Amino acid sequence: MSYLFVGIGGIIGSLLRYYIGLSSVIWWSSPFPIATLVINLIGCFVLGWFTTYLSKLKLFSPALLTGFGTGLVGSFTTFSTFSVESVQLIQNSLWGFAILYVLSSLFGGLFFSYFGYRLGDICTKNRLQREGETYK
Amino acid sequence: MVINAIVVAFGGFFGAITRYSISQWMKKRKPTSFPLATFIINVMGSFLLGFIYGTETGGLPLLLLGTGFMGAFTTFSTFKLENIQLILNKKWNTQVIYLVLSYLLGISLAFLGVIIGKM
Repeated sequence: MSYLFVGIGGIIGSLLRYYIGLSSVIWWSSPFPIATLVINLIGCFVLGWFTTYLSKLKLFSPALLTGFGTGLVGSFTTFSTFSVESVQLIQNSLWGFAILYVLSSLFGGLFFSYFGYRLGDICTKNRLQREGETYK
Repeated sequence: MVINAIVVAFGGFFGAITRYSISQWMKKRKPTSFPLATFIINVMGSFLLGFIYGTETGGLPLLLLGTGFMGAFTTFSTFKLENIQLILNKKWNTQVIYLVLSYLLGISLAFLGVIIGKM
């Protein structure tokens, strides 16, 4: 069952990524790959928050949680496109953009992942406190 | 343009399931603190996407294999979350090696893939 949910999550995540990429040409004309960066950073935040909040609430079945985390968010974000875009920037001698892209992905990703993780932790603690349970 | 979306969805479906299968299989085989499954998936996917670009594949095949399959197969969010978990568990060495190797090999192998694809 998990496999089916992961696949369905993969469909939704890939389509979201595809349409954000398509729409980015309307509002972005620079060769800097802003669409992938934004997608990856949003995904880092959502997965961090999801891991320490939604998946701890026991509101959804484990298969559904895997479908959302591993399937949807995992497929929404992408590492291969990031790597190839970095190569393309280097091949076009856009060194400044290439360095900026790698560094903003490296540190931005860690920051947004941690931010989501901590926020989810706080949300869980608050919620359990309201419900009068002890947080372990 | 509906066909484009269907093709991306198709690739995404199988890309996500392939990633999940590999990580489930590796978790059972070798439980290590180093996130080997995501690492292998990401560097392998970078090489293969580089190769696809090198061959100058376009149109529907690129949407199917590139945007759909490789896009969903590799993952950035899980990669970063694993880094945060390693940091919180104070596994500094593993975290730094994981982070640096992923970027170094990901970009170099994508580069190699482009070159081989062009041949």
